[in-house]
Amino acid sequence: MINLEPTNKMNQVKGSMNGMAKGILRPIARKYDEQEHEAPKELDMFRSIKIMNRSKKKKEGEEKKADAPSGGGKKLGSNLAMVISIEEMCWGDLGLVLSLPNAGLGNAAIVAVATDEQFERFGSKWASMAITEPGSGSDSGSITATAKLDGNEWVLNGEKIFVTCADRCDIAVIWATVDKKAGKSGIKSFIVEKGTPGFSLDKLEHKLGIRASDTGTYVLQDCRIPKENILGSAEVKQTTEGFKGVMKTFDNTRPLVASMALGVSRAAIEFTKEKIEESGITLDYNANPNNCSSLEKEFYLMEANNEAMRLLTWRAAWMMDNGEFNNTEASMAKAKSGRYGTLICQKCCELLGPLGISCENLTEKWMRDVKICDIFEGTGQVQHLIVARNVLELSSKQLK
Amino acid sequence: MEDRDFSFGMSEEQRTMKETVGRLAKSVVSDSTHDMDEKRAIPTEFIQKVWDLGATISAIPEEFGGYGMEYSPLMNTIILEELAFCDMSLAIAATLPSTFMFPILEMGTDEQKKKYIPLYCDATYKPCTVAINEPRFKFDAISLETKAEKKGNAYVLNGKKCFVPMAKDAGHMLVAANLDGAMNLFIVAKDNPGLKIGEREKNIGMYALETYGVTLENCEVPASDRLGGEQGCDYARFLQKSRTAISAIGTGISRASFEYARDYSKERQQFGEPIAFRQAIAFMIAEMAYEVDAMRLMTWKAASALEAGRDAKRESYLSKLYAGEMTMKITDYGVQILGGHGFIRDHPVERYYRNGRGIAVLEGMATV
Repeated sequence: MINLEPTNKMNQVKGSMNGMAKGILRPIARKYDEQEHEAPKELDMFRSIKIMNRSKKKKEGEEKKADAPSGGGKKLGSNLAMVISIEEMCWGDLGLVLSLPNAGLGNAAIVAVATDEQFERFGSKWASMAITEPGSGSDSGSITATAKLDGNEWVLNGEKIFVTCADRCDIAVIWATVDKKAGKSGIKSFIVEKGTPGFSLDKLEHKLGIRASDTGTYVLQDCRIPKENILGSAEVKQTTEGFKGVMKTFDNTRPLVASMALGVSRAAIEFTKEKIEESGITLDYNANPNNCSSLEKEFYLMEANNEAMRLLTWRAAWMMDNGEFNNTEASMAKAKSGRYGTLICQKCCELLGPLGISCENLTEKWMRDVKICDIFEGTGQVQHLIVARNVLELSSKQLK
Repeated sequence: MEDRDFSFGMSEEQRTMKETVGRLAKSVVSDSTHDMDEKRAIPTEFIQKVWDLGATISAIPEEFGGYGMEYSPLMNTIILEELAFCDMSLAIAATLPSTFMFPILEMGTDEQKKKYIPLYCDATYKPCTVAINEPRFKFDAISLETKAEKKGNAYVLNGKKCFVPMAKDAGHMLVAANLDGAMNLFIVAKDNPGLKIGEREKNIGMYALETYGVTLENCEVPASDRLGGEQGCDYARFLQKSRTAISAIGTGISRASFEYARDYSKERQQFGEPIAFRQAIAFMIAEMAYEVDAMRLMTWKAASALEAGRDAKRESYLSKLYAGEMTMKITDYGVQILGGHGFIRDHPVERYYRNGRGIAVLEGMATV
């Protein structure tokens, strides 16, 4: 039965995560925005916490069972709990959340596809994910980095850019092709440990926002890694199942990115509300929007859009918890959230006037930070494409 | 309050109701929505057939002639969306007795319930209506210009109302008026000499729905017909429910426009291929798809709060605001995707575009 009233448990998770965000992340948000590339040592305490872990029951090759709330229980699904937590933490600071140890995209990939033996070796390490190349962004099927088997070792060559936590991580999950002719089905991922000869960090980027998070370039030059460091099967199948499997990881992470935009834009909305109310205006959701001032109506619209973003995001996560296929809904959440998160933060800066431009407040920073949510893990345009193909039932050849 | 599971999924009952209403509306109206609009009338038997489904009556207690089933704002949003998906005029006409009876049931005195509900809780559809909107610039449902004054054992109403659906045939109407700064609802009988039903209105949309201007001229209403008696009623709650209902209607119209444009874009060939193969069109379709869903979820969110008996002021306000803005955007996209053909009345998207304009403007025309 439909019920969108948050349960006590959901409110508890929200409350405790908000406490953490307020107590730990917010106070150092500006500091690490200004000190780009400096590792936030305040986050070291999270090292021991396994943010991403696989359930003990999970066995190799077995599909993850849906974490569905059972009949009488008031169990909170893990994906819904995750998007609620991410929103709260990103309300604290997005750049710092992306810098949380052992919680990188690489870790998500290891949790999802590593063998038990690999999980034993790498499960407790901080893993970055290296996919993007100078010539390969949204079209991740076109990557050119290569992996060649030479005896008991893979030899990797190529360049990887825009790697999150490139400097701070322990290991990297590198995407490379084992057979260029095989196209997407030749693409595999490999675990490369820091310090491996031939593997180097070339540079760290200077960015618009999320400056607390380090973004770097890796260069692989005849980098040799053990044969067993390949994630998943080494076999090149004629189908693109393997590649699709990896892309499926993104069905799960898209709602997370959507909740990042949700958290950042809510922070901006709340700050703006505080300032509006300080000036003596009551926002009481009562008068006809046409009789409100332009400022009030703009504010209500931002709030409405923020709520719409949240509901689309929660729905995608809830479906995942219930074992429902959510490819369309996950993209809907990210398409809406990435775009409107950005518009909301821009609007807050506008409504705040000089206060919105000044670095005395965090709003200008939120406007810079939130922009990434409409870009990484599939740009807003890619999300629209996925939604459109699904609702129009068109193939990627028909709708390019 | 019991802590219910948080869920986006419909129950068996909700799904069945959605499918039944959808199927019924389609079978009743079939392809005559266009004719209804052109002829500016909804055939009485269409309204009766929707009424026969018993969605309104079922939520009314047995003592007043209903079936005494559980009253559910959520279920009502589902029903309204389905009806509006078929036709907005039909959705408002067929649920009009709920708009009159539900506030009485929730906030009326025992005497009011006994007197008025059995009159309309009947196997035959009998029109009764609600008069909220006023024909003036800066109209606001929370500060009405229609005034009520206490005089002896009666209230005297003065003012002008507009968009009063089916006023000419309605036996009774709920009239919203300002009583010393507090908004109130009064039950006014058709034969009240102070009640003047004006000409049938001509509006941008909902051609099929009869709406009238109504003038209240020293209209004396017995004190016992002030909704809720001496304490008056919870007018804020009344607004919350109507705002949620209008959001549901907006979702229905928008979905209709989205689905029509989606299907059309796959049929329509230009430059040697369906226009849906072009991102310029496909991205509009994608946006329509997630905005329709977002509208529905916002509506469900407000209805969930109402269902839990909680104050839904913020949720219902934001939901209606969102539905108003997005219905305009989506129904505009609908016309735009069809291009010149969208401007021609042979396709329904122009009607959705005209009808959709009402969502942001109208208040109190439906309830959950």
